[in-house]
Amino acid sequence: MAGAQTHRLGNGGLIDRSAPLNFRFDGKAFSGLQGDTLASALIANGVKLVGRSFKYHRPRGILTSGSEEPNALVELRTGARREPNTKATTAELYEGLEAASQNRWPSLRHDVMSVNQLFAPIFVAGFYYKTFMWPAKFWEAIYEPAIRRAAGLGRAAGVADPDHYDKAWAHCDVLIAGSGPAGLAAALAAGRSGARVILCEEDFVPSGRLLSDGGTIDGVPAAEWLPRTLAELAAMPDVRIMTRTTLFGVYDGGTYGAIERVNDHLPSPPEHQVRQRLWRIVAKRCVVAAGAIERPIVFAGNDTPGVMMASAMRTYVARYAATPAKRLALFTNNEDGWRTVETALGAGLQIAAVIDARADVSPAHRSLASKGGFPVLHGAVSGVDGGKDGVRKIAVSLTGGARAEVEADGLAVSGGWNPAVGLTSFHRGRPKWRDDIAAFVPDGAPPGMVAAGAANGDFGLGACLSQGFAAGAAAARDAGHNGTPGAAPVADDEAFSLTPLWHVAGKGKAFVDYQHDVTASDIELAQREGFESVEHLKRYTTLGMATDQGKTSNVAGLAIMAAVSGRSIPETGTTIYRPPYVPVAIGAFAGHHRDETFHATRLTPSHHWAVEQGAIFVDTGLWKRAQWYPRAGEKDWLESVTREVKAVRGGVGFCDVSTLGKIDVHGPDAGAFLDRVYINTFSNLAVGKARYGLMLREDGIVYDDGTTARLAEDHYFLTTTTAKAGLVMQHLEFCRQVLFPELDVQLTSVSDQWAQFSIAGPKTRDLLKEIVDPAEDLSNEGFPFMGAREVTLRGGLKARLFRISFSGEMAFEISVPARYGDALVRNLMLAGAPFGVTPYGTEALGVMRVEKGHIAGPELSGTTTAADLGLGKMMSTKKDYIGRVMAGREALIAPDRQVVVGIKPADKARRLRSGAHIIPKGQTPGPGNDQGYVTSVCFSPTSDRWIGLALVERGRERIGEIVHAHDPLRGEDYDVELCNPVFYDPDGGRQRG
Amino acid sequence: MRIVCPFCGERELGEFTYLGDAKPVRPEAGASEDEVFDYVYLRDNVAGETNEYWYHGGGCRAWLKVTRNTLTHEISSVEPAAGAGAAKVGA
Ligand SMILES: [Zn+2]
Repeated sequence: MAGAQTHRLGNGGLIDRSAPLNFRFDGKAFSGLQGDTLASALIANGVKLVGRSFKYHRPRGILTSGSEEPNALVELRTGARREPNTKATTAELYEGLEAASQNRWPSLRHDVMSVNQLFAPIFVAGFYYKTFMWPAKFWEAIYEPAIRRAAGLGRAAGVADPDHYDKAWAHCDVLIAGSGPAGLAAALAAGRSGARVILCEEDFVPSGRLLSDGGTIDGVPAAEWLPRTLAELAAMPDVRIMTRTTLFGVYDGGTYGAIERVNDHLPSPPEHQVRQRLWRIVAKRCVVAAGAIERPIVFAGNDTPGVMMASAMRTYVARYAATPAKRLALFTNNEDGWRTVETALGAGLQIAAVIDARADVSPAHRSLASKGGFPVLHGAVSGVDGGKDGVRKIAVSLTGGARAEVEADGLAVSGGWNPAVGLTSFHRGRPKWRDDIAAFVPDGAPPGMVAAGAANGDFGLGACLSQGFAAGAAAARDAGHNGTPGAAPVADDEAFSLTPLWHVAGKGKAFVDYQHDVTASDIELAQREGFESVEHLKRYTTLGMATDQGKTSNVAGLAIMAAVSGRSIPETGTTIYRPPYVPVAIGAFAGHHRDETFHATRLTPSHHWAVEQGAIFVDTGLWKRAQWYPRAGEKDWLESVTREVKAVRGGVGFCDVSTLGKIDVHGPDAGAFLDRVYINTFSNLAVGKARYGLMLREDGIVYDDGTTARLAEDHYFLTTTTAKAGLVMQHLEFCRQVLFPELDVQLTSVSDQWAQFSIAGPKTRDLLKEIVDPAEDLSNEGFPFMGAREVTLRGGLKARLFRISFSGEMAFEISVPARYGDALVRNLMLAGAPFGVTPYGTEALGVMRVEKGHIAGPELSGTTTAADLGLGKMMSTKKDYIGRVMAGREALIAPDRQVVVGIKPADKARRLRSGAHIIPKGQTPGPGNDQGYVTSVCFSPTSDRWIGLALVERGRERIGEIVHAHDPLRGEDYDVELCNPVFYDPDGGRQRG
Repeated sequence: MRIVCPFCGERELGEFTYLGDAKPVRPEAGASEDEVFDYVYLRDNVAGETNEYWYHGGGCRAWLKVTRNTLTHEISSVEPAAGAGAAKVGA
């Protein structure tokens, strides 16, 4: 059974003593209470050592009680849910919680890597950069693997995250970050004014430091004021308090990012619930009441377990009734630190001494000391004696030079407070220095945002309440709400007298950045080596670059740099602040966009029927397309595809081509419009006819191709490739709205409105006659090649019929409204049964287009011109069109350009593969003689061999030449013959037949 | 970032596609290669207010001329392109 909570006070605290929780840390069983964090539960069990440090593997304890924690990082949970670098100080305890310490081997107490401390010289500032200067071979073979083993944070789970993450939008008038006194007062004022309010609080209980520090508000204790205030806010229908939610980013136009840890406080999310939810909040105004972070003082041994921030120490005692020390000392340079002494005395703890760096201590505190029977030492802590079991003795340099020693098992440290300026500085704002509190405060904020209370550098309870209230009222007013906010809550301000102290000289390592193991001497070294600018300092020493982003270390680092470089702190300046304010899981940014829901899936009109047929599908952009239709007994895809091709060439087959982009072009100027976007002319196309068109980009390179039919004088039906459907629509809208607004033409995307099938093969007419109304003339005279018109199907449905062919066979494409697509495909199967109708997929489609020498995606590569593709003759010389002028540039018409040509292997039995480079025969392959590459290949059932298309320098002049195909990726080398790209029916008799 | 579409109202960035500088004007037919080259390739790198084309593909499909400050991302005006909207229908 779990051990007793030896360091739990008998009463007090916001924990539920009737709800014990069992948990394990490094395999050992403990018990805590509902309301604990992992950190407070460990403290209640007397655990001081919780991790090893990043570089030196030094023993580390718990430093803070919040999200700024640099030390107490653990691997939380096990298996697929194992999450490294989780802050014990914010992880809520739950029944069965399992956590493990990081950076230790074989165990936390006996860590062999702590010998790194002996090699400390190689880990000094800039060691990565200096190490890179060694020979590369040594780096790769020796140093990098060694450093990777030695340095690092926790281990990722290594398997897929089993949980779900959500993304959501929210809108409000006033967004408030933080629920301390300033945030609650802002919410009261804004809510009473009638504004829609969202208040984000990262803790699982609202109220901020009021939970730890108490105080008197409106004449009553905070413990009485809080429930009353929270009840008033809860009763306001437009005020929403979101706990476990951190506002992490500020974006343009009043958009904010927040992460809600919906179910992190449970072993796993309940069924159908998400683990975390990423909120994008759009707010008219934002009040940042994110408080301040107490800062350490840098002295030798300041990372010894048991050295803790003074405010955290009293949080553990007051909020969690857990005692980090039985006999503690305080090292402070300000009045606020003394509150920890008051809290500790109130809880019956022993005070060993107060080390105060200031010249004077208030009479009230002097009498507190004499009543409590502990000394007040004027001076500074210069060293700590202790190890993995925590603080034992504290060395003090007294003002005047004498030395003293204090025996204690805990040391509370307060170096003052730094306002949390992150949110206000995310738009490249630079905070300004305030001498009276020796801290940076916001200097302005992104539009619509204001800081209040401690986040603004005003730490007194009274100031927090009045500023927060005023900011909330103003924000509501600015957002258009003129209700009466009523009276602001009132409290007195505590004294805050501070004498800046950043660094105490002494022997031994004095840590500035605990998480990245950056010491004061690293900063001094950086300065000596010329890295004085803060941005250089940061990158050279890695100060502030760990997962805590230097929340407890940045200002101390700047102060030390300022001191050694003889500048003031404001002269030294700050680095740029960037979101996220706290680490956010990638899973939360992805939300539901993972695995099969990574993107939307588009299904063709024949999809469900194709599934019934057992089709194999291929992802084409968002589409699922039938790739081939295997039949029983076929041993591989090639056998199925070959059968499909032969069935089409010898009989009749059909293929769903609904994925092509389809655009209706309407208006008296439709023809003139198409003339300007295609290289060839469409205004002279007869009604009832279709024509192949090619579009260029304005730079002269081919953009897209497709067939466009003229269905009426003022109505064209344009098709695009599947891949470019959306982009061509966007491009045409640009041409219409921006380039040629004088043309009277309208565009309508109808890609989803029409189901379209290609029906191909010599028996196509036989099949169509069963589908189309007998009155329709499908003969060569009645419906010639490239004819296009509306027809009536048997049963009366109107369809569009286009006599176009991609396969080279006698073929039609038939369009019906999309909702009839499924019925049409089933009717084609029924009606076609006597003719052996065969559905074919995209593979057979591709084989037939290569056999026919048609270009497709691999040739429309964004580097080819119309002439490269053998379509130069289509370029009209009688009109202007997009890309015309640039297509005439010298390099785009050079005679040695790579152009489309057919290839076949010299060895008829050889397989071809795309991507092989074309090299002149007899030459050693190299960049100097690379003359192009193979773009498309297929096994041609018609030629009974592999054939392909390639882009080859002067290819059309070299028909019949044997060249070398070099495929270093697959280690293949072979000869191919350049040939006419039209392998099948070169004079086109079959498609006209 | 949020853009106030003149047709659809205030919408978030994800509904829009950025094209680029709206200043260059496509030369008339018959322009020289140099003029077209400048139109296709030459752009100012503005630190401050700039006009740019955005496409409301996730909404009304209008092309918009947005005046944006590249230093602050502040959008000071949004105008429909000359041919945006359906004003000509029935005219
Ligand atoms: Zn719109």
